[in-house]
Amino acid sequence: MIQKDLVIVGGGPAGLAAAISAWEDGIRNMIVLEREAQPGGILRQCIHNGFGLHRFGEELTGPEYAQRDIAKARELGIPIACDTTVLSVTEDKHVTCVSTTEGLQVIEAKAVILAMGCRERPRGALGTPGTRCAGIYTAGTAQKFVNLEGFMPGKRVVILGSGDIGLIMARRMTLQGAKVLACVELMPFSSGLNRNIVQCLHDYDIPLYLSHTVTGIEGRDRLTGVTVSEVGPDRRPIPGTEMHFDCDTLLLSVGLIPENELSRGAHVELSPVTSGAVVTDQLETSVPGIYACGNVLHVHDLVDFVSEESFKAGHAAAEMIQHGRETSDTIRVVDGEGVRGTVPQIIRKGTKEEIRLMFRPAAVYKNASVVVSCGDKEIARKRAMIFTPGEMAVIPVTPDKLEGVDGEITVKMEVRK
Amino acid sequence: MNDILIIGSGVIGLSTARALSQYKASIRVIDAAYDVSEGCSKANSAIVHAGYDAEPGTLKARLNVRGSQMYPELCRELGVPYRKNGALIIAFSEDDRGTIEKLYQQGITNGVKELRIIEREEILQLEPQTNPEVVCALLVPTSAITSPYEVCYAMADHAAVNGVTFGFGECVESMSYEDGVWHVKTSAGEETARVVINCAGADSAKFHNQMSGKEEAKIVNRRGQYYILDHPDVLPFDHTMFQCPTKMGKGILVAPTVHGNVLLGPTAEDVDDPKDVSTTAEGLAQVVKACKLTWPNVSVRTAVTNFSGMRAHEVRGDFMVGKVCEHGYEAAGMESPGLSAAPAVGEMLEEIIAREEHLEKKECWLPAPERPKPFNEMTDDERVEAIRKDPLYGKIICRCEVVTEAEIRAAIRRPVGAKSVDGVKRRTRAGMGRCQGGFCSPRVVEILAEELHLPMTSICKGGPGSELLVGTIQESMGKEAAGV
Repeated sequence: MIQKDLVIVGGGPAGLAAAISAWEDGIRNMIVLEREAQPGGILRQCIHNGFGLHRFGEELTGPEYAQRDIAKARELGIPIACDTTVLSVTEDKHVTCVSTTEGLQVIEAKAVILAMGCRERPRGALGTPGTRCAGIYTAGTAQKFVNLEGFMPGKRVVILGSGDIGLIMARRMTLQGAKVLACVELMPFSSGLNRNIVQCLHDYDIPLYLSHTVTGIEGRDRLTGVTVSEVGPDRRPIPGTEMHFDCDTLLLSVGLIPENELSRGAHVELSPVTSGAVVTDQLETSVPGIYACGNVLHVHDLVDFVSEESFKAGHAAAEMIQHGRETSDTIRVVDGEGVRGTVPQIIRKGTKEEIRLMFRPAAVYKNASVVVSCGDKEIARKRAMIFTPGEMAVIPVTPDKLEGVDGEITVKMEVRK
Repeated sequence: MNDILIIGSGVIGLSTARALSQYKASIRVIDAAYDVSEGCSKANSAIVHAGYDAEPGTLKARLNVRGSQMYPELCRELGVPYRKNGALIIAFSEDDRGTIEKLYQQGITNGVKELRIIEREEILQLEPQTNPEVVCALLVPTSAITSPYEVCYAMADHAAVNGVTFGFGECVESMSYEDGVWHVKTSAGEETARVVINCAGADSAKFHNQMSGKEEAKIVNRRGQYYILDHPDVLPFDHTMFQCPTKMGKGILVAPTVHGNVLLGPTAEDVDDPKDVSTTAEGLAQVVKACKLTWPNVSVRTAVTNFSGMRAHEVRGDFMVGKVCEHGYEAAGMESPGLSAAPAVGEMLEEIIAREEHLEKKECWLPAPERPKPFNEMTDDERVEAIRKDPLYGKIICRCEVVTEAEIRAAIRRPVGAKSVDGVKRRTRAGMGRCQGGFCSPRVVEILAEELHLPMTSICKGGPGSELLVGTIQESMGKEAAGV
């Protein structure tokens, strides 16, 4: 068995940032395992710009953003094994992986960082009825065909869901000569970033139908059309509101799911809300020595925050490898009213670092505040004009405010009357 | 000209082709679809029924029981998954107990072994997820599950290595018998043969009537909608869980699959168009509602997909197997338990046709080509060995179902190999998982294009007309833009 101090599963932005920070902290006996032929993860196919504003103060394309970390990792000499798929991770941190060149390997690690990213929800998970013809793709699959392979998946397009990849693909397909007929969103608000709605739909006169969904899929061999219906407050289609679109392509942008099959195999506790691991402020999962960061932990809007979180995970893993684990009492972070999936879920008592609690608002809140409290004691508060489910909310908590706090703290939305 | 022309490459046609490939005769199988197993055979409950539910004395009963007995050995020979997981037919009232007792008696008469009526306590012990309001059940230990399309692929490969040829995309338009020769006009031209065997599923009644000269057979297309759930860590049920049958069929079931998924369904709706395998919101809702009775905790939150299958129900109710006219044979009206009966149908037609047509056995009948164990099911030691022999076993293409590039290329190179993304999917499981091909389909398209020496834009999901890509991005911009 191969021995490593640190194994990082995934060479996308999360895995690369974790690797760089662990290396800079002095960890050398480590490896990044990447299933694709090159590192960079899903950024490789995100050729639009808008990445890196927070981290670099520049608007980079996805490949440019990834390249900065890849170049840094190469310069440092961090080993990245590409074309290598991890088959399992165990609770005692044995990582089994395969590649064409090395065959099957089992690596025993002191620490493992899970950085596998997320996958798109497919049609089957929606239960949309109709035929099972060609022409239905998740937005990311279409993006891969167009941007990496150079092929067009269709000419007349309807997009179901207003997630960011769907919005980006509305613009991409339009620029590439396709006609995007509509973007259809089940909820009364978009789950994408506002800037993407403006730049990808409004700028190209693509209508956005909120509170609508696809209720029919037609076509035997290739898609020939879809039926779109308005939905009521119960999200059920309203009879009589059907609209028909002749199209050969339906792109789905209906949610991202952290890809935690390996975590499950390692018996890492998962949150039913985020579908990611339950972690401490050190990004450590319920299995000691296994860390999680990036979209496998919870789906982010911006890669900048993925990198930030992953630097922290790399740093924490390095600290553990070099100095051992410190056990301490913990404070539980609980979702209150209007708040979904706060990460981290656990804070170590006596931590010296600022904690950044991240979550998704359950609905759109205008003129509202996020409040963190323990019983009657207010620990942090942040006001904003608007909070929406499409944008991850972040509220910093300073460690001194946590002194004397016991048991749990609650994060909730408060609307000003 | 061929000696024998089989119309239909579903499980019935293939079972017959495979059985007859033991004889000195040139055999051709044609199908309107572009792969084998594209009709009723690919989408059904995947159950090898024990044979208790067919009316005693019918062909259905006899061939079901015989087929069910043949399955374990057949699947071993073909290298296809088969698991005798047993079945429970559960009753929720004392009225239903009468049905259970009738099924029990019917099973005994049909020759089904090991049947037993069990009471609530034992049911809940065997299957703790069952609705506690259950009263009693028929326990059928000899009921089994298999992978219907894999049975077809394996039988097709076995027939092919023994000389059987295949013609796809050949939809039969008309047939006539003149001077000892059958002339079968198809959408692709004309096939001629000395003997014709009608195994045409949904179209079998039409050909029966043409061959017999009698307007007596009629097929009703009965559609069944299903959900398939992602493989859970622990299966909710080990047995196939039936409810009491109705006049429309065996009712809605909850069953494990040989690949560890959970199958819910089917509905039973009579539809006009046998190709209309769409699902409907009402149908899918009905599946969930009916499954709740068996499994109160049912949830389709982990559904990987939903689909419809078609059953070719012959209105008079029994299978039609045998000689229909001079040098004309058939296996028509093959609805459930057609999959279970298929090996016995092949055996029966083999016997009749060999006798009637004076066929002579070959000296050498080749065994079925080996079907390597899926990488996903190998031990670590087996994986090491597999990658050593073929490094492409080290390249995972489908992460959800853990399918390697070696397996995908092998599936395309089989005697009756995959030609489409769906063909690869059903032969290897690449794309069958929770992401439904989101990650692997672009790579599968590339591999198909390489193996078949076709441009990417010619690769289809299923048959022609289902191309996945409409052109290159240069083409889509028009010549002018591309030239800049």
